[in-house]
Amino acid sequence: MARALVNVPTKVKRGDVVEIKVLISHPMETGFRPDPNGKFYPRDILRSFACTYDSEHVFSAELFPAVSANPFLSFTVVANQTGVLTFSWTDDKDQTQVQTAKIEVE
Amino acid sequence: MKSAAPVGALALIAALGAFAALAQIAEADRKSGSAFMSAETQQMQRDDGTNPGMLSALDGESLWKTKTGGAAKSCADCHGEAQTSMKGVAARYPAFNEASQTPIDLQGRINQCRQDQQKDTPLAPESRDLLALSAFIGLQSRGMPTAPPDDQRLTPFRERGRALWSQRMGQLNFSCAQCHEDNWGKHLGSAPIPQAHANAYPIYRLEWQGMGSLQRRLRNCMSGMRALAFPYGAQEFIELELYLAQRARGMPVETPGVRP
Repeated sequence: MARALVNVPTKVKRGDVVEIKVLISHPMETGFRPDPNGKFYPRDILRSFACTYDSEHVFSAELFPAVSANPFLSFTVVANQTGVLTFSWTDDKDQTQVQTAKIEVE
Repeated sequence: MKSAAPVGALALIAALGAFAALAQIAEADRKSGSAFMSAETQQMQRDDGTNPGMLSALDGESLWKTKTGGAAKSCADCHGEAQTSMKGVAARYPAFNEASQTPIDLQGRINQCRQDQQKDTPLAPESRDLLALSAFIGLQSRGMPTAPPDDQRLTPFRERGRALWSQRMGQLNFSCAQCHEDNWGKHLGSAPIPQAHANAYPIYRLEWQGMGSLQRRLRNCMSGMRALAFPYGAQEFIELELYLAQRARGMPVETPGVRP
């Protein structure tokens, strides 16, 4: 669907609070913007974002038309075990983009 | 005594000339556009994980390896790894183009390759793919000094660019130099006026919520001056780009830059 940049520290200590940064390329077309002929560009936004740590749901967000294009999100998790972080963005057509990143806990 | 007036006038003209020359920003005072940004925006540009321009550069990387056109060749088929072959290339553009005997900028050069080598239609100005390729090629020169070529054949074009730079235009009757040489560091509305060094293009501009080339930025300034902007690819723009490259000689390339 789109290109995403995921920033997760690869090696951390157990119990560390780690910052996760995610950036995805998406137009976030609001549906309120007219084209040169006065017709509105159809709305096309990412509606939700979720992050799971192994299978545990650790973060989610709702996105709205006022969010900028190429939305950037940053949040923190407590690194308890070596595992996989799964990030998913869902758009208006219910299509989901999934990206994963490994996190290694010492 | 009768001759005193013309001599005085001449002296005045000479003094004005000297003043105009002084108005040019001294080398030690030169600052990149990023120096005028908020700390948050600077941080956004510095970190490749948060710089939205990197999304475009990564698109460019995959385009670099994509075979296209009648010749079914990719950029990589001729140029190999961009990390080595394109190192420092963007810092040298615009350069002189032997075929047309005119200067050409990086985007023009990409399209020329596309037409002549790949046998494909040129990419439209400001198209996603053209910006992505130029961001990817520009990225290979990041941190290197802007190094406009010492090509005598470029001199007349560069001089025309210099003249355009101080040419008043539009209903507001402004020249580029009036803001960016004489009044940099002050504010236009709430926005600080930078020195207009073209060392980070193509840029991700937060206001645009997308990537844009130097020519888009120049058109933007021209409409701000209530002037009729030159069309994309106009000779005037290439000449201005040449002068701007000369003006930013030695300043490190920041591509892909983030600007507010």
